[in-house]
Amino acid sequence: MLNFFEHYFPNVISLGWSTDLGWGTAIWQTLYMTFVSAFFGGILGLLFGFGLVLFDTNGILANRPIFWILDKIVSIFRAIPFIILLAFISPLTQLLVNTQIGMTAALVPLSLGVFPFYARQVQNALVSVDHGIIEAAQAFGATTGEIIFKVYLREALADLIRVSTVTLISLVGLTAMAGAIGSGGLGNVAISVGFNRFQNDVTWVATLLIIVFIFAIQFTGDLLAKHASHK
Amino acid sequence: MSEQSIISLKNIEVKFQQKNQLIHAVKDVSLDIERGDIYGIVGYSGAGKSTLVRVINLLQKPTSGTVLVNNIPLAETNNNKTTYLQGSKLRNARKKIGMIFQHFNLMNERTVADNVLFPIARNHTLTKEQKNTKVADLLALVGLSDRSNAYPSQLSGGQKQRVAIARALASDPEILISDEATSALDPKTTNAILALLKSLNEKLGLTIVLITHEMQAVKDIANKVAVMENGQIIENGSLLEIFTNPQKQLTKDFIDTATQLEDGLAKVQAQPIVTNLQAPDVLVQFSYAGETTGEPLISSLFKEYGIVANILFGNVEILQSTPVGTLIVILSGESHAIQTALHNVKEQGVKVTLLKGELI
Repeated sequence: MLNFFEHYFPNVISLGWSTDLGWGTAIWQTLYMTFVSAFFGGILGLLFGFGLVLFDTNGILANRPIFWILDKIVSIFRAIPFIILLAFISPLTQLLVNTQIGMTAALVPLSLGVFPFYARQVQNALVSVDHGIIEAAQAFGATTGEIIFKVYLREALADLIRVSTVTLISLVGLTAMAGAIGSGGLGNVAISVGFNRFQNDVTWVATLLIIVFIFAIQFTGDLLAKHASHK
Repeated sequence: MSEQSIISLKNIEVKFQQKNQLIHAVKDVSLDIERGDIYGIVGYSGAGKSTLVRVINLLQKPTSGTVLVNNIPLAETNNNKTTYLQGSKLRNARKKIGMIFQHFNLMNERTVADNVLFPIARNHTLTKEQKNTKVADLLALVGLSDRSNAYPSQLSGGQKQRVAIARALASDPEILISDEATSALDPKTTNAILALLKSLNEKLGLTIVLITHEMQAVKDIANKVAVMENGQIIENGSLLEIFTNPQKQLTKDFIDTATQLEDGLAKVQAQPIVTNLQAPDVLVQFSYAGETTGEPLISSLFKEYGIVANILFGNVEILQSTPVGTLIVILSGESHAIQTALHNVKEQGVKVTLLKGELI
């Protein structure tokens, strides 16, 4: 068995597990970048997504100027290609985490890169809650807080889980690009080792691991969404 | 405003901007609804009735005008400035006004019991047990005790509306607004829901404001009616008044549809016996209400005037315990006798409309 691997995947074995570019290190880096930036990007995205619905013309806190500002911020960040965003916001990254390169530095552009995408998805999920349900809650004297947490969040939960799954998957894609600022991770292994050193077997295995990771996210997300939906 | 008024609307104006168009949805409407009324507001879609009832609980802020509910001003115009009740005061006022909707508007991700609990979930004066008892009582009241753990998607339309009614009653409102609540239901379910509303009105003394485009629904349970067109109330009064003596064409149209007179008339007109009508025979419509109905109209026509009446269409409604009837008949006899008979019938308070033929 080991002979088979050594024969067909020589470079995969020689890369090792816990070296700088080792498989264990890369898997850890990808997981870390994905989940930590999902946390920060997720909070930002939820805030903006809720803002875009509540402050919209027929939202419960209708306010045109605030809506306009939120909408433009999201649109601008969505318009910047991620690979450029990495470089573009490096002064901000320096300010926030005191470095411009490496895994921690990647968290800032990853969070900012994923939040506008997530905000739009959250907005869509919340808009799909029937306006009549919101109106009914208002008619029964619900507070704004109750409408946000007990109506919107609850009614849109299954949809929010679905869009979070999609967002998490696209975030894994972004972590692969973060290799450009020395973040490490599976994507970086595939490019800087597999591609640049002509070690195709490394690229294959890195890709396979990313696919497995994405399938696991999709599977969990589908399961949770199904559990949450009673429509 | 009279002393019994639970809802009083004065000079309500609602204007809003939609795209680049200014919509004048409600024009100078004043309306008093008394405690215990079932007040029907009828009109075609776009007449402004939904907008008008939403003014009662301020889901729609009136551009100007005064809204008094239980003598509390929810909106008030003084010196051209309109002020609205806000914050917790508005929320408390709203809790006294239940509302049900055409599309039920139940929360899909909550069970039936949780939906009913929602309006009182944060009420600190009730213990958890009291709340649960209340939810169970309300579900029993609407006949859905056995479905308390079901989700709305597992219920039929009629059941959903029953849950919505239970939810609307959770905070012990004195007023229930019904916004086209039966329009999405089949006729049989509609009748069951209307009967439920009527019984709530009688049992709990609930004041009900019922808006609908079906006069049929109003006819079955309301004691007062207002007819709306183009943002204005063109006619209002007691159900009996409106049905027996409508002034406006639109009101007549609604009533004819509700009593199926329109249909009946069209069918009668097409019959050979009518198309081949020979003078001095005439086709007439008798409309009567109350005591007149007790008079043996048709037999007295024959006995006293020797006129034979051939009944082609008939309809009798009981409105607020008063019979209201319509007959379409062909009268055959001597022309003079017909004239005298019709004159005397009119004297008795029966409305006579000549549909075909001439009084010679």
